[in-house]
Amino acid sequence: MGFTMAEKMLADRAGRRAVFPGELVEVPVDLVMGNDITAPVAIRQFEAAGAKRVFDPERVALVASHFVPAKDISSAEQTSIMRRFAREQGIVHYYPEGTGGIEHTLLPERGIVVTGDICVGADSHTCTYGALGAFATGVGSTDLAYAMATGRTWFKVPESMRFTYYGRRNRWVTGKDLILYTIRLIGDDGALYRAMEFTGEAIAALPMDDRLTMANMTIEAGGKVGLFAPDEVTLEYERGRARRPLRIYRADPDARYVEEYEIDVSRLEPQVAFPWLPSKTRGISEVGHVELDQVFIGSCTNGRLSDLRIAARILRGRRVHPNVRLIVIPATQDVYLQALREGLIEIFTEAGAAVSASTCGPCLGGHMGVLGRGERCLSTSNRNYVGRMGHPEAEVYLASPAVAAASAVTGRITHPDEVLRTEVA
Amino acid sequence: MARAWKYGDNVDTDVIIPARYLLTGDPAVLAQHCLENLDPRFVPEHRPGDVIVAGRNFGCGSSREHAPLAIKGAGVACVIAASFARIFFRNAINIGLPVYESPEAAAGIQTGDEVELDEAAGRIRNLTRGESYPFRPLPPFIQEIVRAGGLMARLRAELAAQEAAPAPAAAAADPRQAAADPRPASAADPRQAAGGDGR
Repeated sequence: MGFTMAEKMLADRAGRRAVFPGELVEVPVDLVMGNDITAPVAIRQFEAAGAKRVFDPERVALVASHFVPAKDISSAEQTSIMRRFAREQGIVHYYPEGTGGIEHTLLPERGIVVTGDICVGADSHTCTYGALGAFATGVGSTDLAYAMATGRTWFKVPESMRFTYYGRRNRWVTGKDLILYTIRLIGDDGALYRAMEFTGEAIAALPMDDRLTMANMTIEAGGKVGLFAPDEVTLEYERGRARRPLRIYRADPDARYVEEYEIDVSRLEPQVAFPWLPSKTRGISEVGHVELDQVFIGSCTNGRLSDLRIAARILRGRRVHPNVRLIVIPATQDVYLQALREGLIEIFTEAGAAVSASTCGPCLGGHMGVLGRGERCLSTSNRNYVGRMGHPEAEVYLASPAVAAASAVTGRITHPDEVLRTEVA
Repeated sequence: MARAWKYGDNVDTDVIIPARYLLTGDPAVLAQHCLENLDPRFVPEHRPGDVIVAGRNFGCGSSREHAPLAIKGAGVACVIAASFARIFFRNAINIGLPVYESPEAAAGIQTGDEVELDEAAGRIRNLTRGESYPFRPLPPFIQEIVRAGGLMARLRAELAAQEAAPAPAAAAADPRQAAADPRPASAADPRQAAGGDGR
């Protein structure tokens, strides 16, 4: 009988011929990751347990991403715990502000996490690396402390679901739209405890940035991992980037899935998630008139270069609507620099956007764009829960960078074609 | 006597403890804001030993361990839900906050009901309504973590054992050695754990 990608990865690394859903396995980790919110808690646990050294200073990544540059005294003190620990332990992949950015964009971009890795990160969006074909999942601070000390973790072997996407994507339909539509289809816990495998001809044609966006939001469907089998796109992405050898795993043709979905992407239009859950997604033609106070383009979901390029294409020569604040945050230092070189930052600034240094910032209501009571924001991030971006009575809508940029121009949720129809002189 | 606080589906970690309070890991401080965005009555009115009861996918969203820490810090005896988001579930086990999966209890219990847990019988009793509901037992491997007092207690025990019999430094530092180590899975028989909730 055949095995799914998740089953093959866990069996191989657990030193077993086969593993089955429901089984508990212990595996070595290739990379463990913490950020400025989760690592300080883990570091305290690590030290209180009497652990002396991390299992391997090259395989622990500590990234200051959430409350950086420090927003207040408390956040400065949190990040200082991480800085002290990183120095003491000789952590190779320690990235304070100005050197890294948002961890889930940074680690794949710099080849710190690679295809075939087993990775646990104390951040729920660690599942992003599934786009590379890595078994990567979010854990809490205590699991991070344990993995930092031992280089091991345990998993329950997940059941697998297969999502096959076929057809040709329409203009403006991106990875973000595919994953929002998928969550709409299966619900916010539709993949609870499960591995999602993304496959099909439309996936083969999907660029890596879009795959990263899809894998990133696996957790918004409750999924443990969101896996893309390595292909030409993966190998091309990893070339000159990966710092360690790749491990290539693919599902057997006769692998067994608990559920299978087939999705015709040629029938999809840009998608918009309404408050208060990512599953409350509608096609943009069903949105109606929704006026906005703020638009945010950034986050680990959609703060990569291709996202900024799309936004700049729409904003070039146009102005942000007077009723709207547009905030643009390149996800990493590399994205920022490249956007600067390509003139994208200039386009955003001229359009009237506030452009900031790399940070998770407003996505989690941290800083750099927190919402007040009753305000409405369209965001390219991943969550629209009550109070996610600030006041519990603020509303968050989720969409792609193209929809976000177009909506920033008109002041209401808008299809990009509507803005591009008006030619700029 | 434990009183129940009943909530719906998809209680996410942003409403359990909003990000603006993530500037500390102190359970007592976090507890002052527990569930603030969902139910402002909870903090002033709950009593230590009360239980939280909820529907599907409790604790979805962020991996912040501050969420179970806030609940534990508030003195909540346990959380009962129809189902749990996997990271929250793991975190709760790891820090020693008891969690029970019971769709029956989640459907039957209402806010204010007096409930009692009968661990040995595997039942949750609703004294207000005269009902009782089964809960799914934890797999043995996870019960071991709970019995040890959380994952850090297990780490302490492992470190103490290492100190007693130090392993060669090279082997400890090289994860490929660990990969080659055919460490037996704790539940070799898939059926043993299949009904459980190791996430």
